[in-house]
Amino acid sequence: MTETAPALSMRGITKRYPGVLANDAIDLDLRPGEILALLGENGAGKSTLMNILYGLAVPDSGEILLDGQPVTIAGPSDAIARGISMVHQHFMLVPVLTVAENILLGEETMANAVFLDRAEAHRRIVELGRRFGFEIDPEAKVGNLSVGWQQRVEILKALYRQARILVLDEPTAVLTPQETTEIFDVLRRLAREGHSIIFISHKLYEVLAIADRITVIRRGRVVGTRLPAETDEDDLAEMMVGRNVQLVVDRGESHPAEPELIIEKFSVADDRGRVVVKDIDLEVRAGEIVGIAGVAGNGQDELVAALTGLRRPAGGRVTLGGKDVTGWGPREMTDFGVGYVPGDRQRYGLVLSFPIEDNLVLTSYYREPFASGPVRNDPAIRDWADESIQAFDIRTPSATVPASNLSGGNQQKVIVAREFSGQPRLLILDQPTRGLDVGSIEFIHRRAIAKRDAGSAILLVSAELDEVLELSDRIAVMYRGEIVAIRDGRTADREEIGLLMATGGKAPIEEVTTTMSVEA
Amino acid sequence: MSTALPPPETPPAGTGTTAGTSAAAAPPPRRGWSSRVRGGISVARVPLGAVVLAFAVGSILIWLSSLVTTKSLDLGLPIKAYGAMLEGAGLLGNVNGLVNTLVQAGPLILGGLAVGVGFKAGLFNIGAQGQFLMGAVAGAGTGAAVATWPAPLAILASILAGAIVGGFWGFIPGLLKARTGAHEVVTTIMLNTIAATFIGYLVSGPLLATGFSFDRTGDIGNAALPIIFGRNLHLGVVIAFAAVPIIWWLLWRSTLGFEIRTVGANPDAARYAGMRPGLITVLTMSLCGLLAGIAGAIEIIGITHFMNASYGTNVGFDSITVALLGGAHPVGITLAALLFGAMRAGAGLMQIQTQIPVEIVDILQAVVLLFMAADIVVRRVFRIRKAGPVVEEIATVARSYGGGTSV
Repeated sequence: MTETAPALSMRGITKRYPGVLANDAIDLDLRPGEILALLGENGAGKSTLMNILYGLAVPDSGEILLDGQPVTIAGPSDAIARGISMVHQHFMLVPVLTVAENILLGEETMANAVFLDRAEAHRRIVELGRRFGFEIDPEAKVGNLSVGWQQRVEILKALYRQARILVLDEPTAVLTPQETTEIFDVLRRLAREGHSIIFISHKLYEVLAIADRITVIRRGRVVGTRLPAETDEDDLAEMMVGRNVQLVVDRGESHPAEPELIIEKFSVADDRGRVVVKDIDLEVRAGEIVGIAGVAGNGQDELVAALTGLRRPAGGRVTLGGKDVTGWGPREMTDFGVGYVPGDRQRYGLVLSFPIEDNLVLTSYYREPFASGPVRNDPAIRDWADESIQAFDIRTPSATVPASNLSGGNQQKVIVAREFSGQPRLLILDQPTRGLDVGSIEFIHRRAIAKRDAGSAILLVSAELDEVLELSDRIAVMYRGEIVAIRDGRTADREEIGLLMATGGKAPIEEVTTTMSVEA
Repeated sequence: MSTALPPPETPPAGTGTTAGTSAAAAPPPRRGWSSRVRGGISVARVPLGAVVLAFAVGSILIWLSSLVTTKSLDLGLPIKAYGAMLEGAGLLGNVNGLVNTLVQAGPLILGGLAVGVGFKAGLFNIGAQGQFLMGAVAGAGTGAAVATWPAPLAILASILAGAIVGGFWGFIPGLLKARTGAHEVVTTIMLNTIAATFIGYLVSGPLLATGFSFDRTGDIGNAALPIIFGRNLHLGVVIAFAAVPIIWWLLWRSTLGFEIRTVGANPDAARYAGMRPGLITVLTMSLCGLLAGIAGAIEIIGITHFMNASYGTNVGFDSITVALLGGAHPVGITLAALLFGAMRAGAGLMQIQTQIPVEIVDILQAVVLLFMAADIVVRRVFRIRKAGPVVEEIATVARSYGGGTSV
């Protein structure tokens, strides 16, 4: 396509770990000024490849060429010196330091041998930001910035180190749709200025929106490279997973019965005592999925916390299966048949340092058959763990591996296996597929529908409007702590729901953008 | 048990997820004893390295001290000194030395457990010292009061008293933390000081025995622990060793232990799972105090048989080093306690044979602690890539100061 040498070229990269061929003769070209998307499921070998590029791993064979010259990358500092920078999914920032201090860490601009040249550093940071279309305050504390802005700081950090090749590892996983759009603008500007970008993701529509070319990796091999214009989501998904994937799971007919969960005039306050859930009324019937759509931060977190017993409600009533359960604690709710897949799986859903088997009984360890009185029944736990690993296709060498060794998708499967077990009367799914690959999403969606058909009432909370639209029998739109509309899930109009999420259906349309930026 | 030991070496960063994909086909291996032992050795590399380095640093100090005192440099002196220490500790076949090692290790095992169990719940129990002292004074006072009871009852009463009072001394900081969030490091340090002065008051006041030339508690009579072997191997040593499997069982086989470890590893997940972190904190701190209290009571009724007003010990503080060196694991704690017990038991002979002061043992212990905290040094020297579990324990404690520092 072009005659100039690729900015980066990886040839025949092979990397074998005990028992795994992580990279199998991978060829990859990155042209100057190009955004190349690297697409693959969790565990496909993207991270290994990028670790090799960043000098964190040594390939068994293959070579790396920068601007046509073969190089050996000795380690991250060598990679940085050669103009390769990585922006990790989990930011490497010090929250108590300012933007400028974070950027300067390890790359101090000195006025003399002893003192930093803050003024010069600030000037360069502001100028860099402007060049790529945003105004940044170098004095702002990073901990006070939104996630989107923290990401910009990470990118600035790379640019400050004069990166020419930028690797972004799932940069949008933690961003709202608005922030994603904004970051995309920044990336496009970077590419226009001649930076080459590798964009790692498994969100198909994003990849189609941003990439110049898309390289798909599966099980350590490159399965193909496509131009966005000549492919679509289904094609990419099939390349990624190796089989036909239903991006939209067939939800079938639902047969809702009696109301299982009845929420009346329910109010919840946040940590600062502000009432962020206001007089909500909502019903979820047995055999029905009710989705709550809303921009993050409109009270969904507090609502879920109050329903699961992790937060005391400020007022109102919750009835479950005909019983008043207002103010019950998490243990009582679990015992009463409530399954809960928490939104922050690593913080609440798992103990990462514990083996999978312990995580599989995290909410049931005290009950028969996993315990007899105060004594753990390890054989029963083992059997259950092996069973769950089979049934939920959790990819792990054994049940004794710590949960931290699993990929995000498999970690979530552990939680789902645990919470979906038995016959829960109510399942609360908070962002059940956030950050997961298409295969895992399909799997979890199928399971949710199966539970619905088995008679569970399901309350789904998701920031992904598509997910809510695909699964829900009814959709409740939450805006500033109130439910502003309820729509039928099958006939709901995407645009209308989006507008309700953004405005609550009250503000005039012109205010949409400003309102959203405030909320975000 | 599998939870006790970290998994076998995992491939380096970034491959954890890849490993899962293809390994799914392989049958899940069950962990046998051999893999556990291998895991244990792998875990023990950092602590062992720290000990080796500490002895190396000790050699330098021995040279320096002999240089100052004798104005000559005997290059073989450290070998002689450590050799004498080994001999004194009975590791060259001397039964009396071995008994001394066990007797010295006993309270360190209980104290080490008192600190280690706290670590498991994410608590840094610096208060083992105070809990030990309170247990000791309770044992001394009770022993004197029940001196004429039948021996089994008198012993039981004294140990129980130590357990209860020590436990109460752990319960206080536990309750303060659960109710008000007061950090246990601060409150236990304060309680250590209170305990040290309080026992002085008790011994010179309510518990003062008449007819002695100095302030002390009364004779414990039948409450004295029987010597079961050799010159001074008292029953308390057996109790200390018996506590090891009990605590191991509690931590890894009981639901309470699961709750303790969950609260320590991830308090948010514990709350989500319906556990009560506050209650667990109080229970764990009480248990820590109970263990240290038993150690204190045993020390009195097993060895000194009374307490004087200026009773002093360092067992509680040494226990912190023991717990850290032992990776907060009962087995590791036992090994660490035996090591320090041996050093203490052998120090006397070392001083007699080589004129190296026994205080070198304190220095060695301190250097071990230093290397455990600065484990990066150990890992560099011995090329150990993976951080040991001990580092996790320290991280737990560090986290509890900083609050949420992650973005």
